[in-house]
Amino acid sequence: GDKALDGYSKKKYVCKLLFIFLLGHDIDFGHMEAVNLLSSNKYTEKQIGYLFISVLVNSNSELIRLINNAIKNDLASRNPTFMGLALHCIANVGSREMAEAFAADIPKILVAGDTMDSVKQSAALCLLRLYRTSPDLVPMGEWTSRVVHLLNDQHLGVVTAATSLITTLAQKNPDEFKTSVSLAVSRLSRIVTSASTDLQDYTYYFVPAPWLSVKLLRLLQCYPPPEEPAVRGRLTECLETILNKAQEPPKSKKVQHSNAKNAVLFEAISLIIHHDSEPNLLVRACNQLGQFLQHRETNLRYLALESMCTLASSEFSHEAVKTHIETVINALKTERDVSVRQRAVDLLYGMCDRSNAQQIVAEMLNYLETADYSIREEIVLKVAILAEKYAVDYTWYVDTILNLIRIAGDYVSEEVWYRVIQIVINRDDVQGYAAKTVFEALQAPACHENLVKVGGYILGEFGNLIAGDPRSSPLIQFNLLHSKFHLCSVPTRALLLSTYIKFVNLFPEIKGTIQDVLRSDSQLKNSDVELQQRAVEYLRLSSIASTDILATVLEEMPPFPERESSILAKLKRKKGPGTLPDLEDTKKEKHVDVNGGTEPVTAVNASNVSTPSPSADLLGLGVAPSQNSAHPPSSGGSLLVDVFSDVVPSVAPLAPSAEENFERHMSGHCPLLECCCASPDLPSTEVVTEEPPAVPVHDADELIDKFICKNNGVLFENQLLQIGLKSEFRQNLGRMYVFYGNKTSTQFLSFAPNVICPDGLQSELNIQAKPVDPVIEGGAQVQQVVNIECVSEFVEAPVLNIQFRYGGALQNISVKLPITLNKFFQPTEMLSQDFFQRWKQLSSPQQEVQNIFKARHPMDPEVTKAKIIGFGVALLEGVDPNPENFVGAGIIHTKTIQVGCLLRLEPNTQAQMYRLTLRTSREVVSQRLCKLLSEQF
Amino acid sequence: MRFMLLFSRQGKLRLQKWYTSISDKEKRKITRELVQIVLARKPKTSSFVDWRDLKIVYKRYASLFFCCGIEQEDNELLTLEVVHRYVELLDKYFGNVCELDIIFNFEKAYFILDEFLMGGEIQETSKVSVAKAIEDSHLDLLVSETMEEYMNKPTF
Repeated sequence: GDKALDGYSKKKYVCKLLFIFLLGHDIDFGHMEAVNLLSSNKYTEKQIGYLFISVLVNSNSELIRLINNAIKNDLASRNPTFMGLALHCIANVGSREMAEAFAADIPKILVAGDTMDSVKQSAALCLLRLYRTSPDLVPMGEWTSRVVHLLNDQHLGVVTAATSLITTLAQKNPDEFKTSVSLAVSRLSRIVTSASTDLQDYTYYFVPAPWLSVKLLRLLQCYPPPEEPAVRGRLTECLETILNKAQEPPKSKKVQHSNAKNAVLFEAISLIIHHDSEPNLLVRACNQLGQFLQHRETNLRYLALESMCTLASSEFSHEAVKTHIETVINALKTERDVSVRQRAVDLLYGMCDRSNAQQIVAEMLNYLETADYSIREEIVLKVAILAEKYAVDYTWYVDTILNLIRIAGDYVSEEVWYRVIQIVINRDDVQGYAAKTVFEALQAPACHENLVKVGGYILGEFGNLIAGDPRSSPLIQFNLLHSKFHLCSVPTRALLLSTYIKFVNLFPEIKGTIQDVLRSDSQLKNSDVELQQRAVEYLRLSSIASTDILATVLEEMPPFPERESSILAKLKRKKGPGTLPDLEDTKKEKHVDVNGGTEPVTAVNASNVSTPSPSADLLGLGVAPSQNSAHPPSSGGSLLVDVFSDVVPSVAPLAPSAEENFERHMSGHCPLLECCCASPDLPSTEVVTEEPPAVPVHDADELIDKFICKNNGVLFENQLLQIGLKSEFRQNLGRMYVFYGNKTSTQFLSFAPNVICPDGLQSELNIQAKPVDPVIEGGAQVQQVVNIECVSEFVEAPVLNIQFRYGGALQNISVKLPITLNKFFQPTEMLSQDFFQRWKQLSSPQQEVQNIFKARHPMDPEVTKAKIIGFGVALLEGVDPNPENFVGAGIIHTKTIQVGCLLRLEPNTQAQMYRLTLRTSREVVSQRLCKLLSEQF
Repeated sequence: MRFMLLFSRQGKLRLQKWYTSISDKEKRKITRELVQIVLARKPKTSSFVDWRDLKIVYKRYASLFFCCGIEQEDNELLTLEVVHRYVELLDKYFGNVCELDIIFNFEKAYFILDEFLMGGEIQETSKVSVAKAIEDSHLDLLVSETMEEYMNKPTF
């Protein structure tokens, strides 16, 4: 109605809206009324206003200026309740805009002499909140020293709030707040020595000011131990008192009492560990925690394990922690709570050293059999690391890892089994044992695929070391491995094929058997290209190459360079703060290992090639041609050339960006390469599946949408190739220039782009693409001209298919070409009168198509205009009675007919929606145009 | 503290307070995940759960779970007592608080929490002071009516 609402009703309605919002419905009115409530003098009205604002108003609202004004007034009001509400609102919203508006005022309120205590508390925490969101907007200044002195304030509530603020500020600006250390120590000392009744209602279940104590102890953890002897002595005294109190009988049976008391105790222990300078305190802390390890409170056991884990890393207390090993192992076995067991695992890992490694690893392996699935992978990593780090005897290491695979094969990540292979290859004292052990492990009727991988790799390298024993003769080894072959996934099979070709070199006597296997249809005609290619190439290699060449190509792997264990890196990432294991990470990991795997290749070449430059890194192949020239045209040699010649160009150095991708491609597509290198990353074949030869059309519609309102731009880009477009259209004809840029430094061969019209489109569009040169040099660009004639209206888009060979691998890319119906628009200017007359003529339901949709981009009228003009129609000004709306007209030209077209776009900025109406004489055209244009806003 | 959630044994969210800016979608996701984790915990287990890079501290009071997300270096035991103190405050205000009090007086539950915690940090640990602040601010509310009453009045 017209009647203005009084404050009470306003509050009531705003409150109802709020309730509706909290029930999960959208509210899009009433904001103004809520803002009005802010300036009310009644507490409840103001309060509801603030509640509404902090819940519902987002920062870019137009109301923000009014709101800020109301807040400013309240801050200046000197009424503590109103100031409190305003500060709460700022803190609750906590946005950058709030910080911009108020970050400068709040410090003044905080340190002003006449501010009420409760307001000071709110101001301190409000400032803290703003500092967390936008530290750059909170300037340090002369107020900082005065804030530090709040630690001396009479009011414990103020001290508590101020300590929180100072702790956070001191973490970033330790020097500015250095003086807080001595103040904090003396405050803490007064609290811990006070009788339980001294602090009145700041005593919580007989514990004096636990919150403040904990906060002061946290503040002290921002600094090293105090240098001043007096302060340091006083602090030590405090910490001793806290430790002593833990031994006193409890003053209350309530859990709150013990929680509060122990909260202070644990925080004190954290400080002791942080300082790591008083052996006496550290050992006392450790003993105290030892008591807690057997406490009946689960929470205390949990925290004791956690705390002890950090204590284990201190040289002063490491030995003391180790004395609790039996208790911890027992916890691992008997705790019912998985989070406690997890802590126990952490602690065992933390206290492990050479003296107890065997015991701890054995216990962890034991536990692994029953461990919660959620923590298995972590335990596997930890066991793998400990086994490696503290291995005196590497046979123990090999046993441990094989046990890991046996017990929890699914949780053994690539890093772990890569690592065991690296170690076996680098240490010749363990190779024979490793071969024997994997051979025995493989005897089990069901063994994990990871074991097959490790087994296959190790036998391929060192199977000869156990071949003397008739029980593990070459044929038996081969049959054993091959019996697993059919149960394995493609990457493992690929690895096994490499093992087979290595066997051909190691054991010439079973060459025939292996060739038979390679020759079988299931290999040579395998549907997986990777396997097929390996089978074909290995078969040829084995039948053509001389033993010398075989011996060189299939030589034993050279040692891996020593480096930080990739497992350790993985664990760090897993444990690191704020890491939700994300895909990007895992991908990178793979790269690391792919790289790691290829490195040793340099070593292979080093013996054969005189220049082991970094670019020579894939050179396993470089060797071949030179050897070939040494053995002129034997038929075997020429095959090798063939096999290698594809690969050779790729040896040239690459742009760094392309490199990783490139290597993945390489390792995926050139098995021969890998068989020379036989690096542990063989399963990189899985990369192939990411880009199978029959590439689906690249997420086509999105690409096309980009070009609806413009004619030039980049159509497609990957690591290798960039495709740019330039096009022009006149009436029903068009010409498109397609630019292919080779982003690598290597030639593209057999480069063949083709424009394909899907069925039906052929009769609607005439497309003629000029041929292009089949070779694109590295870094070069080639242009292709495509002529287009529109015969009749169409919907589908033609597809541009590009095939080329890059470094021996066939690349296949398909992209939709952005030739859309609106490209054949001719704009038509017309007057308002004509427009409406035609609009009426096209009023049958089939002729009109309407779409209402949400805005996906900011609703800027200028951008919208540009898009409509880019769409191809004439933008008609002054036609629509509502100036917010857009109206356009144009004619679609095709060879057979012309279709007149009118459009109207009505934006609704409030709702962030558009309504688009199209009228043409043909239903298909209306629909198509409406769909195309709707995607643009 | 990063956030505090209150939910029932049936997993219905009763109160949520976030001290960092997170999108609504993310909030819903986190809530769903945590409700599931906490409700699945067996009795007699510890009150602490590692979750992403945070620690979850939870405690059950009658039919309600109080669940807080805190940083690694925050004090777990004291967080339990923060929850307890909050329950005490609710109790003092409502007199023997139950889940229904929080459902029907959600705004008061929020106001009390605001008086007690701000930006995830303890503002006032004295029960007397908090209670006084709440009493003061509610003087004129008490003489008029409760939220519940006037939500039930007809609009016209």
